[in-house]
Amino acid sequence: MREFGYERAFDVSGAVALLGSDPEARFLGGGTNLVDLMKAGVERPALLVDVRDLPLGGVEFTDGGGLRFGATVTNSDLAAHPEVRRRCPALAQSLLAGASGQLRNMATVGGNLLQRTRCGYFTDINKPCNKRSPGSGCPAVEGEHHNHAILGASAHCIATHPSDMAVALAAFDAVISYETADGPGELPISEFYPPVGDTPHIETALPPGALITAVTLPPSPVTAHSRYRKVRERASYAFAIGSIAAALDVRDGVVREVRLALGAVASRPWRARTAERVLIGGPASAEAFAAAADAELAAAEPLAENGYKVTLMRNLVVAVLTELTEEGSR
Amino acid sequence: MTTTTGVAAATGAVGSAHTRVEGRDKVTGAARYSGEVPFAGLTHGWLVLSTVARGRILSVEAGPVLAMPGVLTVLHHGNAPHVETDYLGMLGRPNPIVGLFQHDRVPFAGWPVALVVAETSEQAREAAEALVVQYDGEPHDVAFHSGRSDAYTPQDTPMVRAETEKGNLEAQLGSSAVVVDAEYTTPEEHHNPLEPHAATARWDGGRLDVIDSNQGSSWVASELAQLFSLAPASVRVRSEHVGGAFGSKGLSPHQVAAVMATTVLRRPVRVVLTRRQMFSLIGYRSPTAQRIRLGADADGRLRAFDHQAHSLTSSVHEFVESSAVLGRVMYDADAHHTLHRIVRLDVPTPTWMRAPGEAPGSFALESALDELAEKCGIDPIALRVRNEPETGPVSGLPFSSRNLLACFEEGARRFGWADRDPRPGLRREGRWLLGTGTAAATYPSGVGPSTAAVTAEADGTFTVRINAADIGTGARTAMVLVAADALEVGPDRVRVRIADSDLGPAMIAGGSTGTRSWAWAVTLAAKELRERLSPGGGIPPEGITARSNTAGAIGALTEQERHSFGAQFAEVAVDVDTGEVRVRRLLGIYAAGTIVNPLTARSQFIGGMTWGLSMALHEEAIRDLASGGHVGADLAGYHFASNADVPLIEADWVEDPVPGDPVGIKGIGEIGIVGVAAAIANAVWHATGVRHRELPIRPDRVLRAADEARRRATGGARSA
Amino acid sequence: MTPSTSSAITLNINGEKYTLPVDHRTTLLDALRERLDLTGSKKGCDQGQCGACTVLLDGRRAVSCLQLAVAAEGREITTIEGVADGERLHPMQQAFLDLDGFQCGYCTPGQICSAIAVIEEHAAGWPSAATDDVRPEAGVPALDAEEIRERMSGNLCRCGAYVSIVQAIAQAAEAAGTQAKEAAA
Repeated sequence: MREFGYERAFDVSGAVALLGSDPEARFLGGGTNLVDLMKAGVERPALLVDVRDLPLGGVEFTDGGGLRFGATVTNSDLAAHPEVRRRCPALAQSLLAGASGQLRNMATVGGNLLQRTRCGYFTDINKPCNKRSPGSGCPAVEGEHHNHAILGASAHCIATHPSDMAVALAAFDAVISYETADGPGELPISEFYPPVGDTPHIETALPPGALITAVTLPPSPVTAHSRYRKVRERASYAFAIGSIAAALDVRDGVVREVRLALGAVASRPWRARTAERVLIGGPASAEAFAAAADAELAAAEPLAENGYKVTLMRNLVVAVLTELTEEGSR
Repeated sequence: MTTTTGVAAATGAVGSAHTRVEGRDKVTGAARYSGEVPFAGLTHGWLVLSTVARGRILSVEAGPVLAMPGVLTVLHHGNAPHVETDYLGMLGRPNPIVGLFQHDRVPFAGWPVALVVAETSEQAREAAEALVVQYDGEPHDVAFHSGRSDAYTPQDTPMVRAETEKGNLEAQLGSSAVVVDAEYTTPEEHHNPLEPHAATARWDGGRLDVIDSNQGSSWVASELAQLFSLAPASVRVRSEHVGGAFGSKGLSPHQVAAVMATTVLRRPVRVVLTRRQMFSLIGYRSPTAQRIRLGADADGRLRAFDHQAHSLTSSVHEFVESSAVLGRVMYDADAHHTLHRIVRLDVPTPTWMRAPGEAPGSFALESALDELAEKCGIDPIALRVRNEPETGPVSGLPFSSRNLLACFEEGARRFGWADRDPRPGLRREGRWLLGTGTAAATYPSGVGPSTAAVTAEADGTFTVRINAADIGTGARTAMVLVAADALEVGPDRVRVRIADSDLGPAMIAGGSTGTRSWAWAVTLAAKELRERLSPGGGIPPEGITARSNTAGAIGALTEQERHSFGAQFAEVAVDVDTGEVRVRRLLGIYAAGTIVNPLTARSQFIGGMTWGLSMALHEEAIRDLASGGHVGADLAGYHFASNADVPLIEADWVEDPVPGDPVGIKGIGEIGIVGVAAAIANAVWHATGVRHRELPIRPDRVLRAADEARRRATGGARSA
Repeated sequence: MTPSTSSAITLNINGEKYTLPVDHRTTLLDALRERLDLTGSKKGCDQGQCGACTVLLDGRRAVSCLQLAVAAEGREITTIEGVADGERLHPMQQAFLDLDGFQCGYCTPGQICSAIAVIEEHAAGWPSAATDDVRPEAGVPALDAEEIRERMSGNLCRCGAYVSIVQAIAQAAEAAGTQAKEAAA
């Protein structure tokens, strides 16, 4: 780990000013990903600006029943918050499915959104990786990729986004607020993570030097009837091989409203809009859920070792939407 | 049920539960492990490993690094002191990896090429990362599979007999009513003790003093003395607390690096391996590909038995994963063949890892037995009863004791086996398909020469000196209990000192031999002492000491098949929509001689079974063919079971007296893992109707296998 | 201007103040182990992947290997050395000792710190990934074996002592619950 400067910020404008336009400076939140990557030599900042003491630790309601939470709210506080659990159980579940109790106590909302892929080639500086070292190649395509992307990937990078929380946020149209030296801005989560294309090293649409300040979930009654389910290679404390955040409103056997996002299948949380369109106005049946999943997954481009994810995600869509249907009818 | 034979319970200490004597130190954080003993002027060494999988070092550009803050030295093949690797150690020739920095050849990715020493660990780490090493890379080959044309049959060694053969295998297979012929594979697995390997070395009054984490400090001291051409008495190695070992903690590059650096710098040097470095420096379990052919009469009696086990080794040292040995103990047949084949690749040398041989071998063999039971239409336990041998199937020697069937009987009763419907794929609970499976277990009961000293102190207490290693087994506590009974005093009057090469040579903590070996020496010394203590006689201030050496007694042991046995039972739940497998129950019943401390013994059995679960479902190191190194060489990339994966596991034992044995203790460190992966795989078949012959049984493999089974069932038509 | 790469900091550990200069790269774990001779917190992976370094920060469990020491200034740090009441073991320590909730002992300090926090998190009404219904109306789930296993999954144990670890925590939790009830009565 290279030597670095450390500054602690106490207000948002101060934090933004401390970071300035230094490309070698990083904001430090919980540090659970950044410090690890610094030890691995993947991140080599010259300056850390500690934002944990910023006054961004609140969870509040917005007009009409939405939720807004600050960037430094810890994952565990957000998961434990009664209003989060009431208004959007899938968000609480997604947070609880991530990492461990210790890491959730440290990790922040902002850091969770910005965490980087756990692809084993990315985290090993002795191996090529287009995301870490643009132009060096992607050995995962021909190498180990059984847990890599099946949707929206490119020949330049097939890594997946590791966040569970972001999958729930993608399903529920979260908006991410940030601050820059030029003032505040907002990005809907659908635009927050750009497509991979030939620039896998560009992971967010945030302007340079921007500090995430808050996340807003717009009002939507359907989120109260939601669920997050994660499949992984051990029962806990592991990244997903496939996950799903879903919310469903069924009346008289007809799908009135549905939200669906898939995790661990793409470089970003994958909002399944095609499946949603297929479902709306149709029957809430296993056959319809499977048809919707197939429509979404028609775009999948599996490689030699990750084709099982197509089956897995299809089965997960059917299973979770069926569970939500059954619960809703009780 | 707890046996109290063998080292008999004069005071009843052996056979009754005692919490660990060092337990308080461990729960308060007071216990110091090897990287935690402070020294004035301590310096920190950081190893630099090769980034190419084969080739030659062109240059080590030490200059810029030596100018970095705090850096004291950079050792590499251009300046390192000579070490002597041409010797025969306790376990054979040394692995060339301990011949640190002696030449410019790189035989695999992660080979140690330099050591950077600095004042602080942060400085050492950064300097090690900054060190530029230029290589002339060569093409490498790391692809392991059973079909390799360059595989060969290794020479026999004292450790492993490569091949055994009797009868006409092909003829017996041909005349068998039922034949199972299948290949089973297990992946590369790593020990990953929670405490990384660490050593601190310094010169102290003309002696080399090494604080280390190992499985035998006499062993490591002797190897270091030979490597550095030192008089044995001038090397002291201590290893007070060891944070897990599982076969990986012998001599490794870190001790050699620390000794080299302290010799050069004349300051204490600590070298701690990173988790990532452990993946290439300390050994691992070779992947295996095992073909098993069983031929049987319709009633399941074996006519033909063939177990051919392939594994790999490095280009610089030979290690054979002895997966085919357990058939030589477990099952007889008219024709019987066991064979090991290995291939040399550009990878690190594998080594012993908990139940070496038996762990992967039992997955293959005990899975095949289950397949045979299915084909014969008989119960898997009945099949094993039918094939229970009278004497060693290959050796013809009598068993010292063999209570395998008692284990199955007791296990079946407790597990509720009698109620089992043998048909697969019938039980469902919500999204889960349920199934049960069983497997047999065995592991040799070995012993090694040891010395011990027992002192009657003037204050009425006793001090036992035995160079045992407590790697989490409860060895310290076990020796207190053994000594208490041999001395006929309460355990509170006995103190035990272990893990210091100055105590004199003793067997290592490995291969389930430790407790048997040390207990023997301690018992002999204690008995000798009792004979020397006159009733009512005084004890001088320096105490009265009796010593023992078991070398002669061990040499006089009659030749027998000496093994522990066990029966494993598993219940699993499988979600075939997601591929998730959860183990719901494990039960292991063992026949393992005298159980010294039921509390810690149960922990050790359950720990072994947890390893078996972990092996069945999780563990797999992935080697990248392009780079020759690992992908995900850390504890997020290499999964072993987390708490949530492990259900209530029960372990117990049956009476297992060993007639005529001077110790009665068999050793229990490995047998818990043996057979568990097979029991789980057999249960997965019972749940789903699909056989899994490739470990670990990952969700993607379950999904793929289910897809394939569906395709086969629909006559080859690909289902949507 | 190149920023300074070290700072003089004061850490509040187990109720005592320690002032020391630190390299900014120094993690809290390394500060404890290599600077302050508090070696009870263990380094198993140094990457937040095993939990052996778990300490309490402001009463909450955290992995000290990913916590920079300089960023821990101003926070109350409790390590395994600080959980006993003098010579009297914390009930969690006693339960681990009595029920053999460890083998090699290396993950144990982290397990115990984590377990102490699990009981508090549960008492505070926090759900877990094992909780069927996370909505507040559903109430707090009982701290049964399944809940303990999930909540403790951030602490790996390679010896395979999970079975007795869960039993030890259940016993300590029961004792803590009884105490809480008595205190309330």
